[in-house]
Amino acid sequence: MKERLQKIKEEALARIKASQNPEALNDVRVSVLGKKGELTALLKSMKEVAPEERPAFGQLVNDTRAEIERVMEEAKKQMEQILLEMKLKTEVIDVTLPAKKNAIGHRHPNTIALEEVERIFIGMGYEVMEGPEVEYDLYNFEKLNIPANHPAKDEQDTFYINKEIVLRTQTSPVQARAMEKGKLPIRMISPGRVFRSDEVDATHSPSFHQIEGMVIDKNITFADLKGTLEEFARELFGAETKTKFRPHHFPFTEPSAEVDVSCFKCGGKGCRFCKGSGWIEILGCGMVHPHVLEMCGIDPKEYTGFAFGVGLERIALLKYEIDDMRLLYENDIRFLRQF
Amino acid sequence: MNTSLSWIRAYVPDLNVSAQEFTDAMTLSGSKVEGFTKLDEDLEHIIIGQIEKIERHPDADKLIVCQVKIGEQQTIQIVTGAPNVKEGDKVPVVVDGGRVAGGHDGKLTPGGIRIKKGKLRGIESNGMMCSIEELGSSREMYPEAPELGIYIFPEDAVIGADAIEALGLRDVVFEFEITSNRVDCYSVLGLAREAAATFKKEFKAPVVEVKGSGGDVNDYIKVEVKDTELCPRYCARVVKNIRLAPSPEWMQRRLASVGIRPINNVVDITNYVMEEYGQPMHAYDLDTIAGKQIIVRRAAQDEKFVTLDGQERTLDDSVLMICDGEKAVGMAGIMGGENSMITEDVHTMLFEAACFDGTNIRLSSKKVGLRTEASGKFEKGLDPNNAEAAINRACQLIEELGAGEVVDGMVDVCAGIKEPVRIPFEPERINGLLGTELDQEQMLSYFGPLEIRYEESTKELTIPSFRQDLRCMADIAEEVARFYGYDNIPTTLPKGEATTGKLPFYLRVEQTARDMAEFCGFSQGMTYSFESPKVFDRLLLPPDAKERKAVVISNPLGEDFSIMRTISLNGMLTSLSTNYNRRNKNVRLYELGNIYLPKSLPLQELPDERMQFTLGMYGDGDFFTMKGVVEEFLDRLGMNKKETYDPKSGKPFLHPGRQAAILYDGTQIGYMGEVHPTVAVSYGIGDRAYVAVLDMPSIVERATFDRKYEGIARFPAVTRDISMVVPKDVMVGQIEEIIAVRGGKILESYELFDVYEGAQIQEGYKSVAYSIVFRAKDKTLEEAEITTVMKKILNGLQSLGAELRQ
Repeated sequence: MKERLQKIKEEALARIKASQNPEALNDVRVSVLGKKGELTALLKSMKEVAPEERPAFGQLVNDTRAEIERVMEEAKKQMEQILLEMKLKTEVIDVTLPAKKNAIGHRHPNTIALEEVERIFIGMGYEVMEGPEVEYDLYNFEKLNIPANHPAKDEQDTFYINKEIVLRTQTSPVQARAMEKGKLPIRMISPGRVFRSDEVDATHSPSFHQIEGMVIDKNITFADLKGTLEEFARELFGAETKTKFRPHHFPFTEPSAEVDVSCFKCGGKGCRFCKGSGWIEILGCGMVHPHVLEMCGIDPKEYTGFAFGVGLERIALLKYEIDDMRLLYENDIRFLRQF
Repeated sequence: MNTSLSWIRAYVPDLNVSAQEFTDAMTLSGSKVEGFTKLDEDLEHIIIGQIEKIERHPDADKLIVCQVKIGEQQTIQIVTGAPNVKEGDKVPVVVDGGRVAGGHDGKLTPGGIRIKKGKLRGIESNGMMCSIEELGSSREMYPEAPELGIYIFPEDAVIGADAIEALGLRDVVFEFEITSNRVDCYSVLGLAREAAATFKKEFKAPVVEVKGSGGDVNDYIKVEVKDTELCPRYCARVVKNIRLAPSPEWMQRRLASVGIRPINNVVDITNYVMEEYGQPMHAYDLDTIAGKQIIVRRAAQDEKFVTLDGQERTLDDSVLMICDGEKAVGMAGIMGGENSMITEDVHTMLFEAACFDGTNIRLSSKKVGLRTEASGKFEKGLDPNNAEAAINRACQLIEELGAGEVVDGMVDVCAGIKEPVRIPFEPERINGLLGTELDQEQMLSYFGPLEIRYEESTKELTIPSFRQDLRCMADIAEEVARFYGYDNIPTTLPKGEATTGKLPFYLRVEQTARDMAEFCGFSQGMTYSFESPKVFDRLLLPPDAKERKAVVISNPLGEDFSIMRTISLNGMLTSLSTNYNRRNKNVRLYELGNIYLPKSLPLQELPDERMQFTLGMYGDGDFFTMKGVVEEFLDRLGMNKKETYDPKSGKPFLHPGRQAAILYDGTQIGYMGEVHPTVAVSYGIGDRAYVAVLDMPSIVERATFDRKYEGIARFPAVTRDISMVVPKDVMVGQIEEIIAVRGGKILESYELFDVYEGAQIQEGYKSVAYSIVFRAKDKTLEEAEITTVMKKILNGLQSLGAELRQ
């Protein structure tokens, strides 16, 4: 009996070793370990074994079964591993083949710049406000300290609909309207389309965009204006950006300043981009003129404020190194796809 | 405004700075220097030499060999082809290794031309004698220079001295950008005062003193000003026994340095004083002034006048004229008349220095189409006090230059000099506005050099009349800030009540529009708000179309930009056309921009500005692609009700069988369709193009970003497919309406999966198949419930003439 058992085991192990695929392995399982298998048959012939040897023989059969099962399991694992490896080998792809992209559209560079500016100021507690593009002369000029006959009102700069109504030349009228509403304090930016009577060329357009900002509160100082715009410049052009405030004149503000930022191409050393000066002129600003506050119903003895304005196209052209403003209004898809 | 450093130093003698230092400091104190030119930039090693001997060149007819003495012990040999030199002449000599600015033809070479010794036709030449052009200037600015050939110095020139210096070229010319409020800085004196304050050096204004030669000006001229509004001050003086001659070298050099051509002493003096004081003056030949009187009055309507450039001008009654007893002799502040101009044989001259209303001069100069140096100054609004100072300065120079004899006295017609402006000095408020902590003394120290006086007893500041820009505390604060230095003001952030930063709801909706359009492959374009009225014809709009009622710009940049758009399509079609012409494939664009709808015409109040979300495309995709974009967008805005589409939207610019009004909840919120073939052709788009226009205000009203979780279905769904044949003109929208209404609460969704016309379907009919899904939230549906609902739906469909296919 022991010899038979030994023989079954040897044959089974030999067949397992010879198996080429899971099916062959399964055949071995059925023919050796199955209900009608050789090992089962051997157990059934237990009665031929002497009763005192039966427990030891039973143990031996079970050990043999366990041994065969273990080897079979091992063989199966190996086989699966080989199959997996074969599969993986056949499934190699050329990862440098072109990507399948969804054709997602592109945002206009003006809007990208605008959203960037909005993000910065919303983070500082400013509300975005808009106003009419066709605007009363009163809001576009008079309330901003630009009285009748001021050179800035000349027809060569302003598009008129009639004596009272113009295409706004700046987004400051939105600020005048906000002040007039009388809800203080104010922290706002007003982006939008503005119009000036300039012929179209590489650096001019009769229609362009501005973002103006304004803060009105008690104890607002020129130092606050400086701090705010420094923060803005660093956010927009990078943490290393320096700012320079130069005295200037705007009817709407007093004191007024123009602001240069250190050239973000060369870091201020001077390059072709900043025409060697290391600085790029970027915005105009100042403390809201007391007369403007008064005209909008705010007591300049109690409240002060600052205002600033920046051209959206100017930022877009600078940041994205666009060399011709006309590209912004042609809408050539090859241009737009670069943003 | 251009000024040379040497001219400024005439009034600030202690000023010792480099051009760059000057530029930086002046810019930071408010007088922005745009740039500067060093006149000697490309000049090097040029000295005054004297030609001692001239011999013919042995081998060249047109060359001569000169021995030129350039120092006590030093004589060099120079070969030249110049025709004008003779022995004894003193000339500019560039020695071996030096540089000149350009060629004798007046063409400048950037970086200059280096001169080296060499041989000319075999004869050694150790330098070059220079013409004025080679020195970077011209005969216009150096009228004494010969027309052809070498510049020749006067006899008293010092041999071996720096020729560049002697020609006044060791100088820097600054170009200032002066802001419109600083009228006083459109003068050398104004800028010198600023420079003195900036560099904390003493400012020395010219001491003006006219000796006079007796007589009384009132015996020579009477002045009457009829319009004192337009002419608040008129000063006149008389100079007799005029001796016209070239002005002295120093004056010529200063004028030349700022680009003014020297003419003769009288003209040069008026130009010089105009630059120095910023006050334009005019000189009349007194012998041409009829009745020996000047009358300042408005022109008659359509009056004609010949200005001294020989042009006849037509005027109207807003133009101010200077007249004599009979006729007009000058257009006030703009240009004098041909009839009274100074000529070679002038004997007695009338000097005019006046103050005219700036706005009037600006408008008149525009009306007549003549802008001059003088009108450019007057239109800024001059200080009436300046007129008197300038005319006396001019008379002083007349005497100093020996150009004539100044008659005693000045005729001064003055509407009254205004009291100086006084402003309370409030250091705390100034610190409060600037965010500084300066003490009173420090602030006052800035005012002295600006000639702002402080009255201790009244605590008031007295503003000099030339500072018309200083009117209130904020103006004074700017003066403090300028000289304390904008750079030195601290940087802080606003304190006080916190505010919430936010984007208004409608702008969030616009942001969603951009996001959705881009997800769907559309790129953002921008087009102008104004366009041509011809657009309406191009879009096939009938003559009575409401879109033709547009806001018109009264002064447009031509017809193409003359009306405010009432429809957003022209910009989109133009952009598609641009892309099509450039052979760009599969173009999808969108734009968010306003249209402008007048409430009435002519415009009484502001038009209704409506934001339009316009989509346009050609290439891959069709009507239904566009429809998908519209619905994705509305879904994203929480507009979950079913949109409906009315094929009778009546847009003449769209394909009559492929257009729809888009309705939401019964209200039209936009339209879409295929561009009408005729319109596509007229825009040059050679492909089917599709557009959709959504009216954003209508959408914003209905949009929401609120969402509520409705649970995930726990009970099974039941699907029923139906297939039917319906008359061809029944739209699937009608079928869907019946399914939606009759499906009731248990209807979850329905989906069209087949539309078919053709073989096996009767002519005039089409086959339509739907998959309908039912589900209840709270239980498993029973067969009977579904059967009931399906029966309702089928009954409804039969009313459309649908026949169920088994």
